[in-house]
Amino acid sequence: MTNVPDTLKYTKDHEWVLVEGSVATVGVTEFAQSELGEIVFVDVPAVGKTVSAGSSFCVLESTKAASDVYAPIGGTVSAANDALKDDPTKVNSDPYGAGWLCKLEGFQAAELDKLMTAADYKKHINA
Amino acid sequence: MKKTPLYETHQSLGGKIVTFAGWELPVQYQGVIPEHTATRTKAGLFDVSHMGEIFVTGPEAEQSLQYLTCNDVSKLYDGKALYSAILNERGGVVDDIIIYRYNKEKFLICVNASNADKDFAWFTKHNTFQAVYENQSASYGQIALQGSAAVSIVKKIPELASVAELAYFHFKEVQVAGATIIAARTGYTGEDGFEFFVPVACTVSFWNMLLEAGANEGLVPNGLGARDSLRLEACYPLHGHELGEDISALESGLGWVIKFDKGDFIGKAALQAEKTAGLKRGLAGFFVTDPGIVRENQPVFDAAGNQIGITTSGTKTPTIQKALGMALVHTSHTKEGSEIFIEVRGKKLRAEVVKKPFYKKPA
Repeated sequence: MTNVPDTLKYTKDHEWVLVEGSVATVGVTEFAQSELGEIVFVDVPAVGKTVSAGSSFCVLESTKAASDVYAPIGGTVSAANDALKDDPTKVNSDPYGAGWLCKLEGFQAAELDKLMTAADYKKHINA
Repeated sequence: MKKTPLYETHQSLGGKIVTFAGWELPVQYQGVIPEHTATRTKAGLFDVSHMGEIFVTGPEAEQSLQYLTCNDVSKLYDGKALYSAILNERGGVVDDIIIYRYNKEKFLICVNASNADKDFAWFTKHNTFQAVYENQSASYGQIALQGSAAVSIVKKIPELASVAELAYFHFKEVQVAGATIIAARTGYTGEDGFEFFVPVACTVSFWNMLLEAGANEGLVPNGLGARDSLRLEACYPLHGHELGEDISALESGLGWVIKFDKGDFIGKAALQAEKTAGLKRGLAGFFVTDPGIVRENQPVFDAAGNQIGITTSGTKTPTIQKALGMALVHTSHTKEGSEIFIEVRGKKLRAEVVKKPFYKKPA
């Protein structure tokens, strides 16, 4: 059974969002990392970059392929997980914790409402 | 979509099935990295049943192959194999192949899965000799056993043990459980090993027999992902990447299998002219020195910003553990130490040309 924490929100493309006040932390789900295989390189976005919901803002590279990660909500990148430069496999081993990709600020609350709950995401990946 | 005889076996082994060259095959089982690593340290088992098998027979079988492929088939003797290529009139590569000589009037050709029908049609169209080409791809499955433990694994099976005596690029037929298996000391990984041509009715049992014999030797099934990362480390070309109908075989680095002194063959005139004029491009292997991964079809630039070529393959590979790749670039930048820049998602990554191959198996 793949782990899908109730405290997070999700997208159909397997990104998760943790909202803490005005900061949203973004990553990919355990299901996603399992599908991707071992990550060998992460192209994290630059701090200060503006992203719009649905646009590719990060690339996860496995041996076989490069996979786009899509911004679940729009905003400005206020922090990026530079630890992934030295150990990209954190995305595999701790996708909801140390494998976080970036933090966004300046997002619209209305966009959060469009995200899936854990229950909906669980249904989505069983489909 | 076509399925190999091992389709259900792959599913039961946890294989992640993808479509490749019109076939449904596993890209991986437990993961590209552990599979690749197992082949480099112990042994890997590969379902390569999608590859094609074409038999050539007749009094002019050798002459026909001499004309239709670029290497010197007359250098073969019974039981010997040869890497060669089918060229078009422009000197481009229709396919790269291995030719196995049974005797002067009987040869087996192993062709790429993606090109099997095309190659057979090409042979049929251009064969004007007293030779018959038969496409027997549907009758054969194919399994590759690769790695330093391959020899000790075959020695565990009494009916197969004698193949351990085969020298590199030699082959023989053996009888296993009443079926005729063609065993060759060839491979596409850069390791020692064998490629077995197995009748479709016996492919599953042959696979299971090898898997069981290799259980205590660290034998691991390898999917297409590991097959690609292994061949890339060894700098083996792949048709559709380093080789193609619109890429000169000389530019692709096949000069060593093009025998200009053997008599006429399709593509000879074009390549001779190119050789005389001097090659414009060459195939360079490189390490990426900026952070990032390079893949195929990415433009290559010189330090001044001029485009000088295009990448043909690339990834970060499990044994070398560096982002690396191959590229067709202007001869000004094919020498070891040349600095090139590869554009990935709008950003230029610095790379350095290195000597090929990236990986050579320990002596």
